[in-house]
Amino acid sequence: MPTYGKGLRGLSILTFVTIAVALILVFFYVPLDATQGFIQKIFYIHVPLAIVSLCGFVFGGVLAVMHLRTGDRRYDLRSYVAIHMALIFGVAALLAGSIWAKASWGHWWVWNDPTLVSYLIVLLMFATYTPLRFSIEDPERQARYASVFAIVGGAFVPLNFIAVRAAQEYVHPRVLTLTGSNLPGPMLLTFLVSLLGITLLYITLWKYEMAAKNTRIQMRALRRRLLGDDDISPLQRSAAPSL
Amino acid sequence: MTLLGIAPALPLHAAGKYVAGAYIVFVLVILIYVAIMAVRLGRMERQLVELNRDLERRDQAATEQDRDPGSTSAEPESEPDAATGSDAHREPAPVSGSGRLGDSSL
Repeated sequence: MPTYGKGLRGLSILTFVTIAVALILVFFYVPLDATQGFIQKIFYIHVPLAIVSLCGFVFGGVLAVMHLRTGDRRYDLRSYVAIHMALIFGVAALLAGSIWAKASWGHWWVWNDPTLVSYLIVLLMFATYTPLRFSIEDPERQARYASVFAIVGGAFVPLNFIAVRAAQEYVHPRVLTLTGSNLPGPMLLTFLVSLLGITLLYITLWKYEMAAKNTRIQMRALRRRLLGDDDISPLQRSAAPSL
Repeated sequence: MTLLGIAPALPLHAAGKYVAGAYIVFVLVILIYVAIMAVRLGRMERQLVELNRDLERRDQAATEQDRDPGSTSAEPESEPDAATGSDAHREPAPVSGSGRLGDSSL
């Protein structure tokens, strides 16, 4: 059994320091945006959260590929946790974005922007991942079907991204392009530190969740060895992989 | 014309609550997650205590069996001794989940 708690302390400290530095840069260093003013500071939390959540979905898909290739159920667990965390980050990105939209555009949501709507579609699609898992009782089938779903969903994310980029009419500003960024130096630096902080937070929470799940699984195995199979209550139906 | 084009920059006092709101949402999401993890950790800790108690009970039963090899004390669910018809050495029934304490395969 691998141990996921290894290095978690150092990673947590690094995450905390990076996010603290990012917040200092956001509120005390980076100049106000000429067009949007103070409200643009939401950019440094909303965009990294959205990027990391989308990368998390792709990461979940990659781990699902590993699961189907190797048949090792631990990859299914990793994929499940990766998607679970990405969903949490996605919801936070959506809420932060909504607040920004209300302040900037006067609406909590606009339906005529491909970026917003496509992100919502991705999020809603992955929101069905957990109910899908829960609906399948047999753990083997559950893991296999969930992996197929995660791969298709993970592949859909970059495709979706390209489609949105190809769109001609949008409300969302284009700050980061394939040829580089339109941000001035201090803003780019702050954005990159924020992105690093949120990425580290994602990795830390992923490891944290994996360590917790791994501990629970090991404790159950220990209990089974100690008391025998008959004395362990059967696992309740769950969306989480049981191993 | 885009929506951005017609939306003027908000003054600081008006924009502040939105910026605060966005960052508070982020902190809240993290806090809720940490709270859920804390509940799970508490549950795991209780299970660990229970596991330790079961282990101690098993060790105690094994020690008593070593001291008195003829005893059936390690099998709480076993029938009374057929030779004597007595169940004087029988251990009290375990509180929970210890029906197989004497299982040699452990």
